[in-house]
Amino acid sequence: MPFIPHTEEDIAEMLASIGAKTIEELFDEIPKELISGELTGVPPGLSEMEISRLMMERATTDGFYQNFIGAGAYEHHIPAAVWQITTRGEFYSSYTPYQAEASQGTLQLLYEYQTMMASLTGMDVSNASMYDGATALAEAALMAVRSHKSSRRILIPKTVHPVYRQVVRAIVSNQKIEVVELPFNTQSGQIEPGSLSDFANEEFAALVIPQPNFFGVLEQVDALTDWAHSKNAFAIGVVNPTALALLTPPGEWGSKGADIAVGEGQPLGIPLSSGGPYFGFMACKNDLVRQMPGRIIGRTTDLDNKPGFVLTLQAREQHIRRSKATSNICTNQGLMVTAATIFMSLLGPEGLRRVAAQSHANTLELVEQLAKINGVKRTFSGPVFHEAALTLAAPVAEVLSKLKQKGILGGLDLQGHYPELGNALLVCATETKTKNDLQNYAEALKHAIG
Amino acid sequence: MLIFEHSRPGRRNYSQSPATAASTAKIPQNLLRKSPVLLPEVSEMDTVRHYTRLSQKNFSIDTEFYPLGSCTMKYNPRACNSLAMLPQFLSRHPLAPEDTGQGFLACMYELQETLKAITGMAGVSLTPMAGAQGELIGVMMIRAYHEARGDFARTEIIVPDAAHGTNPATAVMCGFKVVEIATDKEGNVDLAALKAAVGPQTAGLMLTNPSTLGVFEKNVAEMSRVVHQAGGLLYYDGANLNAVLGKVKPGDMGFDIIHINLHKTFSTPHGGGGPGSAPVGVAERLLPFMPIPIVAKDGNTYRWVTEKEKPQSIGRLSAHMGNAGVLLRAYIYIRLLGMHGMHRISEFATLNANYLMAELSKAGFEIAYPTRRASHEFIVTLKDIKDKTGVTAMHLAKRLLDKGYHAPTTYFPMLVPECLLIEPAETESKETLDAFVKSMKEILQEIELQPDLVKGAPHTMPVRKLDDVKAARELDLAWKPSA
Repeated sequence: MPFIPHTEEDIAEMLASIGAKTIEELFDEIPKELISGELTGVPPGLSEMEISRLMMERATTDGFYQNFIGAGAYEHHIPAAVWQITTRGEFYSSYTPYQAEASQGTLQLLYEYQTMMASLTGMDVSNASMYDGATALAEAALMAVRSHKSSRRILIPKTVHPVYRQVVRAIVSNQKIEVVELPFNTQSGQIEPGSLSDFANEEFAALVIPQPNFFGVLEQVDALTDWAHSKNAFAIGVVNPTALALLTPPGEWGSKGADIAVGEGQPLGIPLSSGGPYFGFMACKNDLVRQMPGRIIGRTTDLDNKPGFVLTLQAREQHIRRSKATSNICTNQGLMVTAATIFMSLLGPEGLRRVAAQSHANTLELVEQLAKINGVKRTFSGPVFHEAALTLAAPVAEVLSKLKQKGILGGLDLQGHYPELGNALLVCATETKTKNDLQNYAEALKHAIG
Repeated sequence: MLIFEHSRPGRRNYSQSPATAASTAKIPQNLLRKSPVLLPEVSEMDTVRHYTRLSQKNFSIDTEFYPLGSCTMKYNPRACNSLAMLPQFLSRHPLAPEDTGQGFLACMYELQETLKAITGMAGVSLTPMAGAQGELIGVMMIRAYHEARGDFARTEIIVPDAAHGTNPATAVMCGFKVVEIATDKEGNVDLAALKAAVGPQTAGLMLTNPSTLGVFEKNVAEMSRVVHQAGGLLYYDGANLNAVLGKVKPGDMGFDIIHINLHKTFSTPHGGGGPGSAPVGVAERLLPFMPIPIVAKDGNTYRWVTEKEKPQSIGRLSAHMGNAGVLLRAYIYIRLLGMHGMHRISEFATLNANYLMAELSKAGFEIAYPTRRASHEFIVTLKDIKDKTGVTAMHLAKRLLDKGYHAPTTYFPMLVPECLLIEPAETESKETLDAFVKSMKEILQEIELQPDLVKGAPHTMPVRKLDDVKAARELDLAWKPSA
């Protein structure tokens, strides 16, 4: 019996101890009329060899492509040690560290992770992770409303990832929180701080500030943060963790710094894997820590005054506070955070900076080459990090389809989310792309558009 | 020692990041970072050693028996991990066109269909990223269903007092008022209290069956009738689906919405606290409200169902499609076990739980619901022991660590005093269970003869009992370099 160690003899002895004749008898409290027959909808079992063959066939069907899509999930080199250590059984097959003394490995790692993320975002404290970037932003919005007390409105620019905006709306609308969208300057691809004067007489619990924004463009974060604070609203930064090695962290934006920073942790050592599992990160200033959702690890001491780590501030959480918890979150993305912590340790400050700088430089190089092609121009004038929008003279879907035939995934068609931009394409070239890759793409695009 | 304390300025891993530092001159000066990033400067070997050593300070299924009730800590087959990590699956971008991911999408579609067959539901969506998110999505569908009928008066969700904390927390997060219903002496939901609680204000009932008390809710059909007659919907928290897999389908019990914790029933790894994955299933009348994306099959081609086809959908609850890699592991697990394997999960989980309950009872432990069959888990209460000796459930839990076992779940469900919720899972052998009973007997003797030994546990872990109060009072949540 696959994964069941019982021998016939074991079963007989166990049943005798229980005082039952058959295993079936152990289900005698289930009303007869509810008992279902065999699960015929499940195919017969496969051996490990057979399932290996099936999965390899399916993986081969999918194959490999040269990827220039970013849009919230970024291809970076992942050092071999990251997943070799992460998938050690002691990390892979343990659970939430409810028994602290028998979980010091996970707990210390999470404390180290919190330290790294707090520094990267320029915040005081980080939690131990959320599901993904989109839900982390939704939880940040709820956190801002809980803390603000007088306003139940959140101002979100249209330069924030469109799916993040959908997820925020879906989650916060349950609590009758209003989401107000802020338009952007279609020349620069940025939020125009001046446009905020339209909202001079309105109250908000928070302003969301993306850096870089969905188009890869860098926002004027200082002015936006100061505006939020002048309105007595919280400033929530949605940031790319790779970019933070180069860019001013949210905690240092404007005169007081943003209050909450969230984002997608995937670029920190998590493979693209069709969209998950990734992890969301969330960090905040000290005075908001009791409103922060999710697991938080604290350092303390044991009976011998030796340092050790525990889950702390559990009075915020559902397993203690039930209906009065800050969130319903229970399981987070622990294993992904394990990978991210090992990834950040291996790269160190200089390694992460180089990954960020090279991704930035490759994207600039790609954009420069592509913009030389007849029928291709940059959509926005604002400075970018490692992603940029291009306007094509031909329908993007057709161009992408031709590129795909050459093994290139050329970027994201913006038509679906931003029809007002016309034939716009979002491209990204991380440090994983060589000069040759960039030239190949430019060649292929030239043919595809010609 | 923390990783930061291994750090030396200027130490770097040269092979793992670009050889040269590219220019950042095009980034406006005022946006550039001026403060240093506090990441360690350590060699690859230091990193590998440090995190390998940390891993060794963990209990895990791969190293210890881990009978953590309600969490289903069972063996995670290694093939599920290695095959889900084939490089083609790992390198696929979530926004890559559907025709570049037909192999992956085929797995997702088949998983969806298999889960429908197992649960008796009309539709399944794979997007929720954990049990609590499955619940959130489920309760959002309850709201959407009522509102689509123009019924805005249903403001209450009923939750039994034995429910997981996530149930009431989810209902509140969805803007509902929580009505808690008591449990009777036999461990069933108090039917009279339920009847008194339902009405035109009832949006739905959230139920875990078998309950967190480790017993099957015998009156489930009657409860279903009561809630449905009042116009409410029935939500099935699938945390304990592994106990009835192949015996009862939630759809047949009358549930309208369910979530399934893949990291429990379908043995995807718990990863030190996640990632989970909790597909939701719905009855026919709730199909229009399901979250997107969902995988569809046209002829031999797989594709994503989008907003356009599901205008009444509650929307998207993740940036992409949920925890794809976890879903792949569950798919592989189901294919490995097959139909008969599905039946065996519940049969052997139940056999192990009832055997362990019988043996612990014989050893002198008090069983909370002695007249009932155990489902896949059961509760031992130490109330008498505590009254007589001052030894608590937490003391015993810590002493078990010394004996080489992860402790059962303690102090949950909250309605049983000094409780240990014990779930052995089907992958454990009789020898392991016998050895565990032997250790429990030893502790019982220790409580009698050397109570302080038990009260001062653990004694053999990397640290002794940790000060939780100090942790919360003197918050230290991030390391700071000494000046």
